[in-house]
Amino acid sequence: MSTTSIPDPSTRYRRTGQRGLNAEMLSWLFMRASGMLLVILVFGHLFVNLWLGQGVQGIDFAFVGGKWSSPFWQVWDLLMLWLGLIHGGNGVRTIINDYARGDRLRMVLKALLYFAVIVTVILGTLVIFTFDACPAGADPSLLPSFCEG
Amino acid sequence: MASAQSGTLYRGDTTGMWSWVAHRISGMLIFLFLLVHVLDTALVRVSPEAYNEVIGHYKTVVFGLGEVGLVAAILFHALNGLRLILVDFWSQGPKRQRSLFWGVVVVWVVLMAGFLPRHLMHMFGA
Repeated sequence: MSTTSIPDPSTRYRRTGQRGLNAEMLSWLFMRASGMLLVILVFGHLFVNLWLGQGVQGIDFAFVGGKWSSPFWQVWDLLMLWLGLIHGGNGVRTIINDYARGDRLRMVLKALLYFAVIVTVILGTLVIFTFDACPAGADPSLLPSFCEG
Repeated sequence: MASAQSGTLYRGDTTGMWSWVAHRISGMLIFLFLLVHVLDTALVRVSPEAYNEVIGHYKTVVFGLGEVGLVAAILFHALNGLRLILVDFWSQGPKRQRSLFWGVVVVWVVLMAGFLPRHLMHMFGA
């Protein structure tokens, strides 16, 4: 014979049995840590590209060439690329988990998401590291001024 | 079990709920823009002409207004994200989350008031 047990009303409510480090907790922590870095990285990016000089009107191939000739901006943009996409991808993963109710739909959406994030991270990384500010045969008027020498 | 008495049941809070909704929507929009933005920037590997042609669209009035919306979303998401960090890690955070939200609104308005005229000047070549 089984007896019904009624929990002590004074015991503290515990949401899950999980304690200590686990993947979801690390994901939660990552969002906060990467978020703080991204505030600095993205605000700096917006300040330099949209505020200084001619703002958006000044952005062209020569502008990008000038920036990426410096390792400082290469590292800046690389960090922004990786942190931004992983932070954003993890946020969208949470949104999919919250709203996509069918197992198959959730799987498909997350597979598409991971594919998009991985392709974009790899593409962006290759672009930053293989970029040539002075491509041979290009119209010199479109290139940064340091290409002339 | 969760109950109103034990304080674990969410009973609604206007600022907390709507800032959460706005955080999701702004985050989703920023993520979609980020995917497009990496692709358009990748055109620097195709040719200077291809990059300049596509990035030229960002300088039109329609895109210029889109950039205002994008910056508005980024600033809100960033400031509200800092508020969330304070709510989670600062001992006074949960108690002050509502004032922190109004702090977010004030700083957002100040930053937008700084950005908007400058961006409009760039757009219209003043």
